[in-house]
This record gives sequence, C-alpha cells and structure tokens, in this order.
Amino acid sequence: MDIIVCIKQIPETTEVRINPETNTLIREGVKSIINPFDMYAIEEAIRLKEKFPGKITVLTMGPPQAEAALREAISLGADEGILVCDRVFAGSDTWATSYTLSGAIRKIGKFDIIICGKQASDGDTAQVGPGISAHLDIPQVTYVKKVEEVKVDSMRVERMMEEGFEIIATPLPALITVVKEINEPRLPSLKGMMKSKQAKITVWGQKDLGLDAQSIGLCGSPTQVVKIFTPPQRVGGQILKGEVAEIAAQFAGLLKDEVH
Amino acid sequence: MDYLLSDEQKMVKELSHKIAEEKIRPVAAKYDQTEEYPWDIIKVIADAGLFGLFIPEEYGGMSVGVLNLCLATEELSRACGGIAVCYAASALGTFPIVLFGNDEQKKKYLPGLASGKKVAAFAITEPEAGSDASAIKTTAKKEGDYYILNGLKHFITNGGDAETYVVIAMTDKSKGARGASAFIVEKGTPGFTFGKKEDKFGIRASSTRELIFTDCKIPKENLLAREGMGFIVTMKTFDMSRPGVAAQALGIAQGALELAVKYAKERQQFGKSISSFQGIQWMIADMATEVEAARGLVYATARMVDAGIKDVSKESAMSKMFASDVAMKVAVDALQIFGGYGYMKDYPIEKYVRDAKITQIYEGTNQIQRNIIALHIIKEMAK
Repeated sequence: MDIIVCIKQIPETTEVRINPETNTLIREGVKSIINPFDMYAIEEAIRLKEKFPGKITVLTMGPPQAEAALREAISLGADEGILVCDRVFAGSDTWATSYTLSGAIRKIGKFDIIICGKQASDGDTAQVGPGISAHLDIPQVTYVKKVEEVKVDSMRVERMMEEGFEIIATPLPALITVVKEINEPRLPSLKGMMKSKQAKITVWGQKDLGLDAQSIGLCGSPTQVVKIFTPPQRVGGQILKGEVAEIAAQFAGLLKDEVH
Repeated sequence: MDYLLSDEQKMVKELSHKIAEEKIRPVAAKYDQTEEYPWDIIKVIADAGLFGLFIPEEYGGMSVGVLNLCLATEELSRACGGIAVCYAASALGTFPIVLFGNDEQKKKYLPGLASGKKVAAFAITEPEAGSDASAIKTTAKKEGDYYILNGLKHFITNGGDAETYVVIAMTDKSKGARGASAFIVEKGTPGFTFGKKEDKFGIRASSTRELIFTDCKIPKENLLAREGMGFIVTMKTFDMSRPGVAAQALGIAQGALELAVKYAKERQQFGKSISSFQGIQWMIADMATEVEAARGLVYATARMVDAGIKDVSKESAMSKMFASDVAMKVAVDALQIFGGYGYMKDYPIEKYVRDAKITQIYEGTNQIQRNIIALHIIKEMAK
C-alpha cells in the first residue's frame, strides 16, 4: 500500500507574536514545527504501513527550510520526502496550493491513499486536503477519526461529526483528512533520526512539474487578503431588570436610541 | 556552553529531551505518588532505541558509547530522577554482560536488553554487605552442571521488574573477596523469588526489592568470566556505570535549577519578581556554575571511557561524587528559592531534593568514592 502524506511546516503557534503595526506574524526567532494535525496523518500512515507494507512519501510545499519538516517525518517512519519549492509558488492561497500539490502527486504517480491533517493550525482553512482531491478527481473523506478497514481497492472509515459520527466506505485511491482523535503520534527513534539525517530530499520546482503558469503562486490565487486586523474586544452587554412590561419599554427605548 | 558534541550525540540528547518533556514530565508526580513501575515510559524509551546505546551493534545495540548513555540519562533525569533510574539501572545490570560475557551469553541476553523488551538489574548489596561488599553471604555451590544459589540480596533497583539479573555470590568463602563470582540469573528460575518492595524517600517510580535465593539452580553456563572474578566484574561495572549515576545527578540538578529560575522570574514580592533580587541572583549564579562544573567532569570521564582508556576508576568516582553532591546542594537551594511553596507537594521541586539524595548514597556512598579517589592518587604519587 503506497501512501502519500501532505504536511505543512508552520511556526510553533504557542510562541506566536503579532506585530501590532503591520498585524502580521513575527517570524524571527520562532521555531518551525510540523503542523500538529499533520503529525496524526504521519502516524496513521505509519500504522497502515505496519499492516500493509508499502511506501510512505511525505510531500510539502514551502521554502527551502521546510526540508526539516520532511526529515522529521522520515525520522518517524516515512520513506521519502519531496519538497515542492520555487519562488513562483510564493503567495499561493489554498486553491493554488492544492493545485500545485496535486501536480506533484501526479508526478509521484502511484498511490493508494493520501492522508492530510484536517487543517493547518496557522491558517485554519481545512481547504487544501479537499482541494487536492478535487484537482485529482478522487474521493475524499474529511475529519476521519478511525480507519476501520482497508482492502485492496476500498476502505471504510469513521468520520467525526459534531454530534456522533458517520461510517463511510470509499473506493481507493482516495484522500482522507484526519482529526487528532485518530491516534497518538509516536516519538522518533534514534535509528530513524540517523536515517533521516542522511535521507535525500527530492526538490521539485515549476520546471519539474510544468504546471499552468496562471494557476500557481500569487497570480493563480483567487483569494485576496484585503486587510488584516485584530478584532476589537467585545464590550460587555447590558442586563435589564424589573417587570416584563418595564423591561420591554426600556428595551424599545434602547433600540430607538440605537437607530437614531 | 558548547559541549562539542557530535551530531549523533546531539540527536541522542534531543530525543531524550523530547521524551522527558512530552512523556515523562506530565506523569512524574503520578509515579512518585503511586510507586508503580513506569512500564509505559520504559516502552517509549525502548521504542526510541535508547536502551542499546552502549551495547555492541552485533548484539542489537547501537555501539555509540557511554557519553551517549550519560546524555540520555541526564535528559531523562531532568524530568524525573525516579523514572530515569529504571533506565540507568538496566544499564548497570547489562554492563557486566557487555564487559565479561562470552559470545554465547552476549547473544542470548544482549539483544533483548538492547531493544528494551527486557530490563536488567545488578545485585550485590545484602543487609550486612553495603559498603563492605566483601561481607556478602549469598553462596553459589557448584554441583555438576549447575550452581546452587542460596542467600538474600536487598535494595536491588529494578528488582522484581527486571528479567535479567547479574548476581554476585561467594563460590569460595575461604578466599574472601577473591572467592566471589558473578552469575546471570533469569526471572522465573525455580528457587528465585522476590521479597518486600521498599517504600522509599525518593526515586519512587523505580522499584527496589529483595531477591531471595533458595536452592536456586542455575546452569553453569551462566557464570560470568571465571570463578573468583565477582569483585573484578563489580568494580569494572561500577567504573562504567558511575558516570551514569553522575549523569542522573547532573540531570536532577539541571532540572531543579531550571524550575527555580522559572519560578524566580514569575514570583512577585515587594512589587517585583524575586529574580531581580541580588540574593536570588547569586544563588542562581552559584547553582548554574556548579552544574556546569559537574557536567564538565561527567562528560570528560565518559569520553575517557569511550576512548578506551582502561583505568577510569578515579575519574568515575570523582564524577559520581561531585555531581551527586552538586545535585543535593542545587536541589536544596532550588527549593529555598521556591520558599514555602517549594515545601509543598503541589509544587514539583521537593521531589528533586528527595530524588537527589540517593545519588550520594548508591553505587558506592560518596565516602567510599573518596576512598577510591584518595587511594588512586596516593598510588599514582608512589610511582
């Protein structure tokens, strides 16, 4: 069983500080980590590989330093890391990112399952996983909390909903995004760390992927960030007291004032 | 400070640090309270591959030496001296087999110990044979293809939980210290049972039990080295393992120091954080300097062992004695910085005082270490 895990390197969010003037993240001196939800994706891939031998390829798009995230994934048990890295991919939104990653997955070729974390904890969009499946035209199951059964050409999973869960069967190849309830990620082993240090990371740019130039990077991104701001703090509400009729009259008065 | 560690050593340190912070620190107080053996953490350490650091590669280990063992023990001890000693005591029980085992013994026992699937223990201490190891009464009498063990060992770390024991017993009482021999004894051997589990002041996550041998019949193939080599096995084992105890003490000291500095920065008195007071600052400066000095000595000794230098008894004793004295002092000072809160079990610091104390006592009291050091120096001067 060949598995592709898509991961993202993000700043450690417990240490994030915002520049109050520009409203952007202060990246200097902040440690980069693998998006925590992606750790569950990596772990699930390793557990599946332990049952169904095959290859785990970890894929990420990012700057050259994102290579460290791939090496960490290899130290945990992944076999190979591919970094999609090119200046022309900079500024990609979730649409362009999922388009670019799907291009890389086409180049990888053979796979049975793609696993993503449910969302990245910096952007919190939860769109890249589903986007990839749409670009590849394969089924997707989001918010998976348990892989119940895997067969050669299909799998059955439990999907976590706000109230209860759904059991979904899907043909393979398919893409799933996973929630943290699915497993408890392991720590690396010393042997794994040594292996990851020596592992060769494949780097693919636009030249290797040959993607539609209009669909990548900033110009391929329909999302436009118009303004970033810190929402004003909510001021406390007002509690009206007294008899119902009194309160109603007071309330009507307040509404009137509000309109004027 | 830069310790000029290799990439591999940095990896061991980083991995052990991760285990300590993510897995051990959250459960340290629980195990201290319940005194359960921390099997779940042992499994994490085993899966990480840290049990085999000093064991030769051909027997399933990593062959990366004693400094790496010290780095791992130090980092684990930063979070819990009790859990770390379960790990370090297994190394103590494994060293005799690494140092003196024949190929068959190594093949039989080391892979399981290197993978951490089994833990080991070393048993020399008896109720009346502590510092005076020559007073041991446990006997091993040869009968045909077997040795028959009789006697009682006590204060054995990992006792009851370990699978593999190296036991020192007298094969010839008339020869005194030269009449002792070392044996590998497996848990479950008929005639080998466990006595009471000790209720300890510190390192409570680790188990300390009596081992009872009643006509315990073990195959003669389980003799390590030769008859009469028991004390040589013990001394050489301690030379290897004392840097590990020193590293445990070092880790406890480092952990206590970090907690104290963090607390001093947070704690407000007289309108400012107590870390702004010179009295606290000087304590922190002294503690940190002593910890660095201990670290220098421990790492230097471990590097000597890894370089293959034969006689490291003096340096091993020095690092164990110094690092454990530093651990005790730093832990007590760290508690002082916590003030009244530090005395309460709601805060983690009192445990460091309790855990530190044992490092001055076991694997040779610090008084015995001073004897070893002085004897070596006097011998060197006489040359």
